[in-house]
Amino acid sequence: MSAKDAPVSEPLLALQGIVKTFRRGRHQLTHALKDVSLDVHAGEIVALVGESGSGKSTLGRVALGLLQPDGGRVRFDGHDFAALTPGQFRQLRTGMQPIFQDPTASLNPRRTVRESLLQALWKTPGDEAARCARLLEDVGLRPASQFLSRYPHELSGGQRQRVLIARCLAMEPKLIIADEPLSGADVSIRGQILNLLLDIQRRRSVSYLMITHDISIARAFADRVAVMMQGELVEIGPSQQVLRTPNHPYTQRLLAAVPALG
Amino acid sequence: MTLDAVAPPLQIESLSIEYRSPSGAVLAVQDVSMLVREGESVALVGESGSGKSTIARAALGLLPPRTARVTGGRLLIEGRDVTACRPKQWEQLRGHPLAMVFQDPLSFLNPVMRVGRQIAESVERHDRGTRDVTARVVELLDLVRLPANTIRAYPHELSGGMRQRALLAVALGCRPKLLIADEPTTALDVTTQAEILALLRDLRRTLGMAMLLISHDLGVVWEECERVYVMLRSRIVESGVTREVFAAPAHAYTAGLIKAAKAARNAEGRFETIEGEYATSGEATP
Repeated sequence: MSAKDAPVSEPLLALQGIVKTFRRGRHQLTHALKDVSLDVHAGEIVALVGESGSGKSTLGRVALGLLQPDGGRVRFDGHDFAALTPGQFRQLRTGMQPIFQDPTASLNPRRTVRESLLQALWKTPGDEAARCARLLEDVGLRPASQFLSRYPHELSGGQRQRVLIARCLAMEPKLIIADEPLSGADVSIRGQILNLLLDIQRRRSVSYLMITHDISIARAFADRVAVMMQGELVEIGPSQQVLRTPNHPYTQRLLAAVPALG
Repeated sequence: MTLDAVAPPLQIESLSIEYRSPSGAVLAVQDVSMLVREGESVALVGESGSGKSTIARAALGLLPPRTARVTGGRLLIEGRDVTACRPKQWEQLRGHPLAMVFQDPLSFLNPVMRVGRQIAESVERHDRGTRDVTARVVELLDLVRLPANTIRAYPHELSGGMRQRALLAVALGCRPKLLIADEPTTALDVTTQAEILALLRDLRRTLGMAMLLISHDLGVVWEECERVYVMLRSRIVESGVTREVFAAPAHAYTAGLIKAAKAARNAEGRFETIEGEYATSGEATP
């Protein structure tokens, strides 16, 4: 289902040989990423799975330019991050938007939904009220007029996550990097948000890099999956293959640990 | 199991609980009846806000006294009616026969006290006959498969899984008949979760301890619990033997939960959701 481009085309996001080392205390080093390479092609959904401390979130932050890698290159939409001026980087970076785990922490509690969205819309001209409303309807908050003047605390967890997704869509991204977007959500909400993300992908042909610890979601949602362990990418391939018949012993162990329903 | 040979560790009879709030009373638990027999592993599942943690708190005597009120029904622990117990009496019960573990062990362990001391306190308090407390602490650490040198460790020096084991050792210090576990593995990685669940299974077998597991994770419930109660908006909507309930759920909500939990896509490539009547309140469905 991924709309793969011609084989010669460059991936939308290319992480090449990323190295990131954190200093812990005076002498201790944590090798968070040891030479990790990962591509995300246009229209593709890639899941990055692994346990806490595996480096998956660090890789997401490097891809977003929130962390400077100690080695390796990040290329997005044909541009090398390192070769850009700060202004060019900011411009390019709007094409890549994050969604984080905790929607409450990502929304300003003192801004209404409308104010949160306007903040993302100011750059591009057009009728702001109409665009706010359309964004909300796009993420299933209907009728939009009911939600525009609400504050985050007046929304349910699922609705807050939808507002975040709307704000992220306001930037018209090509790539959405979602770091555990569902781990706080109940199962019933989880299905709704995943369906929404699939709809968005179909309508707007965005790509996703989804960082998750949930194997069953990765298997069902992603085209390809990359498995990380202790700063290394141990296995990558089509999600059905990697998460049903894994090659690497760590992936096998991970799968065996997931309690299966029936 | 012989009929009524021993009083069950936990029996709840049409219990109702309400919370008072500035905007009026909220019924958190309505007419709930439950039974946990000796040595049995029982699950209480439901989504957030369904009232499952309120039941766990009630069964432990931990309801906030100023805001929560039992408006009806009874709570029996080992056959004794504890509905009207006073805080001092609850303190006795929490230790023996009741013990608890929660999702976040760090907030239940004292950060400035060594783990060994915390386990020792639990032993001293509820198992007064113990002559060699240190030996018992080492024994408990061994029981939860922590190395003996953990005795000198502080909670912050331990990993998440080790903390949960340490909290478990504190709980077991009182030789409980019933362990109430509220989302004990939710914050853990799957491989650590599998270890803790295996440990709980072993402990239940060797100590003959019953377990009431509060969980939103149906996979865990399927693997660990003999019987299950399903909660929806403050009521039990379905209960029975886990395998039977999951294989042929009688209530539409249970069926929806199970489908959604599998995180599989249906024929149209969509993820299963819980729609209509049982949708989480306030959720718009696009």
